[in-house]
Amino acid sequence: MKLKSISIAVAAALVTASAGALADPARQAILDGYAAKAGTKPSPERGKAFFLAAHGGGKPETASCTSCHGQDPRSAGRTRAGKAIEPMAVSVMPGRFTDPAKVEKWFGRNCNTVLGRACTDAEKADFIAFMASQ
Amino acid sequence: MRTSRLRSVLWPASAALTSAGIVLAVGALMAPRAVAEGGAPFAVVTDKTVQTECGACHMAYPPGMLPTRSWQAIMGKLDDHFGENAALDAKTTKHITDYLIANAADAGGGSARRLRGVASDQTPLRITEMPWWIREHRGEVSPSAFKDPRVKSKANCVACHRGAAKGYFGDD
Repeated sequence: MKLKSISIAVAAALVTASAGALADPARQAILDGYAAKAGTKPSPERGKAFFLAAHGGGKPETASCTSCHGQDPRSAGRTRAGKAIEPMAVSVMPGRFTDPAKVEKWFGRNCNTVLGRACTDAEKADFIAFMASQ
Repeated sequence: MRTSRLRSVLWPASAALTSAGIVLAVGALMAPRAVAEGGAPFAVVTDKTVQTECGACHMAYPPGMLPTRSWQAIMGKLDDHFGENAALDAKTTKHITDYLIANAADAGGGSARRLRGVASDQTPLRITEMPWWIREHRGEVSPSAFKDPRVKSKANCVACHRGAAKGYFGDD
């Protein structure tokens, strides 16, 4: 029984590790939090579509996440004021999505700018899942 | 036949040279000369919160570029910050406001020269509206330079003033 629970723990650890060296516990907790509230499994594919889509509803000059972040999450983006935005992709910027307050602050601002509304928990989970896969 | 072949070889080379020339020309237009002409450099933001929060979207502008009343007006409506919602929690907002005011152009030790031409009942909301800013750029920087994709905005001081992060916005 004991041996079995240990081997399960080891197997779980291996699965987590194989999901990439990217599985930062803080990011995972944020992702799990959104997923639990949404009641859906995070989907990197949906996150990608969301990131690339022209949404409308927000400001015309920033219709998409890509208006400032650029098409490639592994590359730097640019703010409207011309300042560089460090890449969103976790492979390039391992510190991304590890500070819950920062994550909420920027979803709060940018969802409103791009979509004219708050993002749903499902959208946030998908977005992070996509960036974690990049 | 020979000519056309030659041309086809040369054309890409000359195109490359031309675009290199454009790059050089634009580069020269924006070439930084690091040291201010006689004027003292601006005191840069040293507060970590101000650096992080203000510096997220644009450079954290030196507080000495605007008077107290301007910073108060700007910080009083962060939810509509030149069209962006830049709202922060109350504690952070107060911290930043206090810092900007303590180091504003009209704060103790500030340079009165930078307030020249601003009437006391005027509250400029943009640094680029300040008479000193207009004086420094007028006739020197082509309006089209601000539309260059590498510059993008008058808010992007660093595009031309490479010493901006250290407070050097010197002559250019």
